[in-house]
Amino acid sequence: MINVIRARIHQKHRTIRFPDAPPPAMPERFRGRPRIDATRCRDGFRICAAACPTNAIVFADGKPLVIDLGKCLFCNDCKLACPEAAISHSTDYRLAVRQHQDLILEPDAALVLAEELGGKMKKLLGRSLKLREVSAGGCNACEADVNVLGTVGWDLGRFGIQFVAAPRHADGLLITGPVTQNMKSALLDTYTAIPEPKIVIAVGSCAISGGPFIDHQEVNNGADSLLPVDLYIPGCPPHPLTILDGLLRLFGRVDDTKIALKKGE
Amino acid sequence: MTTPSELLTTGTGRAVAFEKIPRHDLAAFQRIVRREIEGGQRVASFFGSDTGEPGGIDLLMVLANDEDGQLNILSARVEGNSFPSMTPDCNQVHLFEREIAEQFGVRPEGHPWLKPVRYSDPSSLPGSGDFYQVEGDEIHEVAVGPVHAGIIEPGHFRFQCHGEHVFHLEIALGYQHRGIEKALVEQPVKRALHYAETLSGDTTIGHATAYCQLIEALSGCKKTVRAQALRGIALEFERLANHIGDLGALAGDIGFLPTASYCGRIRGDFLNMTAVLCGNRFGRGLLRPGGAGYDLDAAQVDNLLKRLDLGEKDAASAIELMFDAPSVLARLEGNGILPAEICQTLGIVGPVARASGVQRDVRHDHPSGIYRFAQLPLPSWNSGDAFARGYVRWLEIKHSIAFIRDQLHALPAGEIHTATGPLKPGCLAVSLVEGWRGELCHVALTGEQGNVQRYKVTDPSFHNWAGLAHAMRGEQISDFPLNNKSFSLSYCGHDL
Repeated sequence: MINVIRARIHQKHRTIRFPDAPPPAMPERFRGRPRIDATRCRDGFRICAAACPTNAIVFADGKPLVIDLGKCLFCNDCKLACPEAAISHSTDYRLAVRQHQDLILEPDAALVLAEELGGKMKKLLGRSLKLREVSAGGCNACEADVNVLGTVGWDLGRFGIQFVAAPRHADGLLITGPVTQNMKSALLDTYTAIPEPKIVIAVGSCAISGGPFIDHQEVNNGADSLLPVDLYIPGCPPHPLTILDGLLRLFGRVDDTKIALKKGE
Repeated sequence: MTTPSELLTTGTGRAVAFEKIPRHDLAAFQRIVRREIEGGQRVASFFGSDTGEPGGIDLLMVLANDEDGQLNILSARVEGNSFPSMTPDCNQVHLFEREIAEQFGVRPEGHPWLKPVRYSDPSSLPGSGDFYQVEGDEIHEVAVGPVHAGIIEPGHFRFQCHGEHVFHLEIALGYQHRGIEKALVEQPVKRALHYAETLSGDTTIGHATAYCQLIEALSGCKKTVRAQALRGIALEFERLANHIGDLGALAGDIGFLPTASYCGRIRGDFLNMTAVLCGNRFGRGLLRPGGAGYDLDAAQVDNLLKRLDLGEKDAASAIELMFDAPSVLARLEGNGILPAEICQTLGIVGPVARASGVQRDVRHDHPSGIYRFAQLPLPSWNSGDAFARGYVRWLEIKHSIAFIRDQLHALPAGEIHTATGPLKPGCLAVSLVEGWRGELCHVALTGEQGNVQRYKVTDPSFHNWAGLAHAMRGEQISDFPLNNKSFSLSYCGHDL
C-alpha cells in the first residue's frame, strides 16, 4: 500500500488544462494545417500534385492549387518535391470541419472550422455524449490516438464524453478506417442499432476519403459514402489534440482567442 | 546434410538473382523443407507467386536459420489446382497454405482446416462459414466481435465452452483487409512507403524499416551509419511506447488501476519522443528509402535525453508497482501457458516466444543496420504464461532505454540520406526486422523491367494468433481479455 501511495505522489497530477488554458505546445516538427504560398507557385508547375500519394492536391477552376485535407496524409512528399517551397506545414492542429466541402483548403482562405451543433442537439448531447467506436479497416493509429483521450493526460470524461460498450447506449458513432468491404455490414448494423437522434464522426483520412487506401476495391473510400457524417477530423492519424478540439467545437467549448499559436499561423 | 543446390543461402537485406533460387519438383521441395525444419530451421515466409507462366504458380519459401544467422530460400512449381498439404506434419505452414489457397485458388489437399484467411472474395464475410465445434451436454458456444466493447480493431472470436471452461477458441480475421500486398505491385510507387507505414500503424517504424531495407537491397544503395542509428533509435522508441502502453492495458484488464492509468500517459510521453524526431507520434515520414527523412541537432538530442530520463523514472515507478503486487501476480502466473515446444511447432515469434524460453530475436539472430554494431541483451523467461509475456516486455523496456541513450550519446556523424537508384531486374530480396511484436518479414521480387512483381508481408501476428488460441485451451473464458492483451497482436497487420 505504501508503494501505491509513493507511486501516486511520484506520478503527480497530469491532466492538461485545455480548453480553459492554452493547449500543450505541439512538437517543433509537427505537420499541421498546410500553408500554400500561391505567389511562389509557378503556374502549370504541378510537381507537387504529381508527388502527392493520394492526389489530394488539385488544380481546378482556374485557382492556383487547393489541398483536399480529407485526402491529405500530412506527409512531406509535396514539400520535398516543390523546388519553390510553395507548400509547407504550420503547427496549427485545428482541422475539424462540419461539411465535406469545407475540407478544401485554398491558398488565402481560412478554414471553416466546425460550428457547434444546433439548439436541440446541443441541448440533448452538450453535457453528455456517449459514443460507440467502430474501427472499420485502417491501421489502428487513429484508434490509438482516440484511446489516448481516455488517459489521465486528456481525461475526456471531464467533458461528459465517453465511449460505451453497446450501440443502444450511444448517442453517436465515431468511425475510423476506410470502411473495408468486410466491415461494411457490421458498421451499418451498429449505426442502425443506435437510437435517434444520433451523430456520426469520421476520424482520420481513411474514414473521410479512404486515405492511403483510396480507390482500392477492398474499401469504400470513407464513411460518408454510406452514412451522413456530422464532423470530419482530418489527419493520418490526427493528433489527439486535433480530435479533442473537433469534439469540443461541436459544443462550442473552444475559445479561439485563448489559443496562442506561433506568429503568422 | 544440405547440398548447395537444394537451398540458396543468403541474409537479410541482400538481393539475389531470382534464377539462382533452386527450383525443385514439389515432392523434393517438401522433403527438403521437412528435413530443414526438423533440423531446427523455421518458416519465415511461404507464399505463391504468379510468374506469368500458364497452368500453375511458383511456391517460394524463406527458411530462417537463427543459429547461423542465415536465410535459406527454395522454390517449387505447382502445376494444376492443388498440391499435397504439409500442414499435418509441419504445423507452422498452416496459415501460409490457407493464404496460398485464398490468393491463387490452389488447394492444399489434406489441410486439416482449410478456410479463407482474409475473406478477400466479396461473396463471403469473415465470421461466416464453419467453425470447429465441440458437441455434448451443456457445451455452449460464445461468439464475440467483430465490433468490440472498447476502441479495438475488429476480429471475431468463437469459443467452445463448458461453463467458464474453454475447450477451444477459433479466431476469424480479415475485417481489416484493404489489399495492401496487391497495391504494392499495382499502385504507383509514390504510395509504397505510405502503405508500409500503415500496414500496422503501431509498427510504422518497423514495417517502414523493412520496406526501406528491401528497396535499398534491390537498388544497391548503401545508407550511412547515421541514418542506421536514427532508424534504430526510432525502432526502440516504438517498442517502448507499445510495451509500456500494453503493460498498462494488462494492468487495466486485471483491475489494477494505478499502473493502468500511469502507463496510459507514459506511453504518450514516449510517442511524443518519436514526434520530436519527425513531428508525428507514430513516426510517419521519419524513414525514406536511402536513409532518414529528418536529422537530429544537438539541442534535440539533449531534449530527447532529458525526456528519456524522466520517462524511465515514470515507467519504473508505474510498472514495478504492478509486478510487486501479489494480487496482480496471482492473476498472471500460470495463466494461458504456451509451452516452448508449441512455440517451436507453430513458429511463434517475438516477446511471446521469448516468454516461453524460445530465444529468437531478429536483432540478435539476423542483425541489420545499427544492430550489427550495437547489440541488445536478449531477455527471456521460461514459464510461458501471461506473467512471462508481461515481464519479458518490462525487461525489454530497460534494455531499449539503455540502447537509445547510448546511441544518442554517440550519434555517428554524416549525411542522413543516400539516393536510391532503379531496382535491379529479376531479383529477390528478404528483409527481416524485429518489430515490438516480433519478426517482420518483407520479401520483394522484381520483374524484367525492375518493377516490383510480387511483394509479400508477414507480420508477427500472422504467426502468433494461433498461439493465443492454443494458450486459451483449458483456461476460463473470463481470462481471455487478459491473455489477449498479453499477446497484444495486430489485426490489420494480419489482414493487410
